[in-house]
Amino acid sequence: MMDDVINQSVLWIQAGLGTKMGLQDKGQTQKMNLFQAVTSALDNSLAKDPTAVIFGEDVAFGGVFRCTVGLRDKYGKDRVFNTPLCEQGIVGFGIGIAVTGATAIAEIQFADYIFPAFDQIVNEAAKYRYRSGDLFNCGSLTIRAPWGCVGHGALYHSQSPEAFFAHCPGIKVVVPRSPFQAKGLLLSCIEDKNPCIFFEPKILYRAAVEQVPVEPYSIPLSQAEVIQEGSDVTLVAWGTQVHVIREVASMAQEKLGVSCEVIDLRTILPWDMDTVCKSVIKTGRLLISHEAPLTGGFASEISSTVQEECFLNLEAPISRVCGYDTPFPHIFEPFYIPDKWKCYDALRKMINY
Amino acid sequence: MAVAAAAARVWGSSRGLGQAGLLLLRRPGARGLARSLPQRQVQQHFPSLDDKPQFPGASAEFVDKLEFIQPNVISGIPVYRVMDRQGQIINPSEDPHLPQEKVLKFYKSMTLLNTMDRILYESQRQGRISFYMTNYGEEGTHVGSAAALDNTDLVFGQYREAAVGAAYAAKRANANRVVICYFGEGAASEGDAHAGFNFAATLECPIIFFCRNNGYAISTPTSEQYRGDGIAARGPGYGIMSIRVDGNDVFAVYNATKEARRRAVAENQPFLIEAMTYRIGHHSTSDDSSAYRSVDEVNYWDKQDHPISRLRHYLQSRGWWDEEQEKAWRKQSRKKVMEAFEQAERKPKPSPSLLFSDVYQEMPAQLRKQQEALARHLQTYGEHYPLDHFEK
Repeated sequence: MMDDVINQSVLWIQAGLGTKMGLQDKGQTQKMNLFQAVTSALDNSLAKDPTAVIFGEDVAFGGVFRCTVGLRDKYGKDRVFNTPLCEQGIVGFGIGIAVTGATAIAEIQFADYIFPAFDQIVNEAAKYRYRSGDLFNCGSLTIRAPWGCVGHGALYHSQSPEAFFAHCPGIKVVVPRSPFQAKGLLLSCIEDKNPCIFFEPKILYRAAVEQVPVEPYSIPLSQAEVIQEGSDVTLVAWGTQVHVIREVASMAQEKLGVSCEVIDLRTILPWDMDTVCKSVIKTGRLLISHEAPLTGGFASEISSTVQEECFLNLEAPISRVCGYDTPFPHIFEPFYIPDKWKCYDALRKMINY
Repeated sequence: MAVAAAAARVWGSSRGLGQAGLLLLRRPGARGLARSLPQRQVQQHFPSLDDKPQFPGASAEFVDKLEFIQPNVISGIPVYRVMDRQGQIINPSEDPHLPQEKVLKFYKSMTLLNTMDRILYESQRQGRISFYMTNYGEEGTHVGSAAALDNTDLVFGQYREAAVGAAYAAKRANANRVVICYFGEGAASEGDAHAGFNFAATLECPIIFFCRNNGYAISTPTSEQYRGDGIAARGPGYGIMSIRVDGNDVFAVYNATKEARRRAVAENQPFLIEAMTYRIGHHSTSDDSSAYRSVDEVNYWDKQDHPISRLRHYLQSRGWWDEEQEKAWRKQSRKKVMEAFEQAERKPKPSPSLLFSDVYQEMPAQLRKQQEALARHLQTYGEHYPLDHFEK
């Protein structure tokens, strides 16, 4: 059940595993949950860059997930402001700000609502530099949106649309797994000279808590992280699902004596093929898992590339454990999500292939 | 009164109504509440509050007669003009009194554009370029508006929402720049226009929305594009200062854009200019407009109401232009365009390796691999590609 996943992930993150190595030399830290880590990143950005502005629906009072609490009071109403209810306007407006060289941080209230802005993202933002031969660009645009299942979100508050954007050269797509990762990756997106989409796992906004540096720091984009080394199977995921596969790795070790290498992809586009392929060459087996539907999901891209690059190293077909090819359901969520049992079962079959 | 005070504490401060709001509920006969109150409570009347609605969403008077507002399409927003169709100034106080040199620059820009259009349209027919769109009949809208801007102003063709964002950034930077965004009456139907107008108004942006209403979106006439009073009538719906002008009158376009620019920057608010004009040419080299409109209609505009003709009459009536200068200028502008065209035609196209540049600021590893794959492919199969026209 989802509660188990949340509880496990809170424990896991509080234990500081996987992020302890990131903390050295980053100065004073503070206990933050994921939305507070986002606020901290935004605070750092607005403090450092006088051109930076944050806008979207309801950001002025602090945002429906409290990511922008306190920022309007601190930086002024011309820098943190509400827009009308219009996602294509939010993104288009953000592109325009970025074109003048100012830093634009746009919030889309739920990733499920990003589709009215799809034309602006794909046809305008992604192509701005290319079509003008680098005369113009909107690189200082970052779009943030809450992402992924939350237990009761149903069709329009649970979606993971990263696959739609993975198909779009010219933008970057990033998904953090924890507060520490979120702040570092978001700051990298804001600094990055290309338009970026930053999806924030909403179920982790409160559930994930850890020590996060107060000062700014960055985590590189397009670099996957091996959060646990192993020798028998490579497990790849991003966002919330990283915690699921971490648990599956423990189960595999305990019940099957199987050693798993766990990778957090972190950046979906452009993605770090080298780290994933290097791992599969070592282990010979790959399992990829995401909440988004199976067909056309980003696991297909990873699977296709790995079989091209590592064909002779594979001991078993690549396994994808994903959401079903349905809209994200309401009451059936516990049956829909690629939980640890489904991942464990797929892993077991792969080992016995 | 203790009840009122308590309720006002709960509701009043957040609604900005204080005690008065609550007392509205206690007006005699209002939903029977008065009857449920204890007898010793005093009914109080506040006529000024009774007369005015208190809704946060709109400030207006009450009306007690059911009547729908009739959209005004027959006699809609009037068309501002300075010259008549013969190029004569109608109201001397509206004449911008521009110096001869500047008006000649208007004329030469419009006619040079016209010359370039003719040559480039022909060159597409000859297969020398792939595609072209002419400006026939709309030269006044381009030149009149551009002449009213500063050199540092930002011009967006389309990209309505982005134009608003750029204007917002210009305002924050105290840049003293206006942003102008051009679009047609067809593009005004896209959600982009709605988003652009609404954001520009709510976020108080120094932007001019310049709509060229030329009667057609490819083959779609305005009667199939909208049912309201054109685009200008939409502006007030968003709280935007709006005007409709004669787009074939370069001085009307100039005056309106000049004033809109001054006020947009000074007051940080958007302006909407709907320039009425007519698309004399086809939509593009891929279009043959005889399929959907009559030759007579096109001829009327070409002969009776053309921005270039009207300005020429103005110039001639002042003795600033004559037939001899016209002949010489036609020859000179044609030569100018041909020389530029031939020079451009001689240049080889950039190297195919640049296909992969500028997708991102830096080239990702995956893209570099694809670039190398194409290079290898061309080494073996290059004869099947038009490599002669490209730099190495």
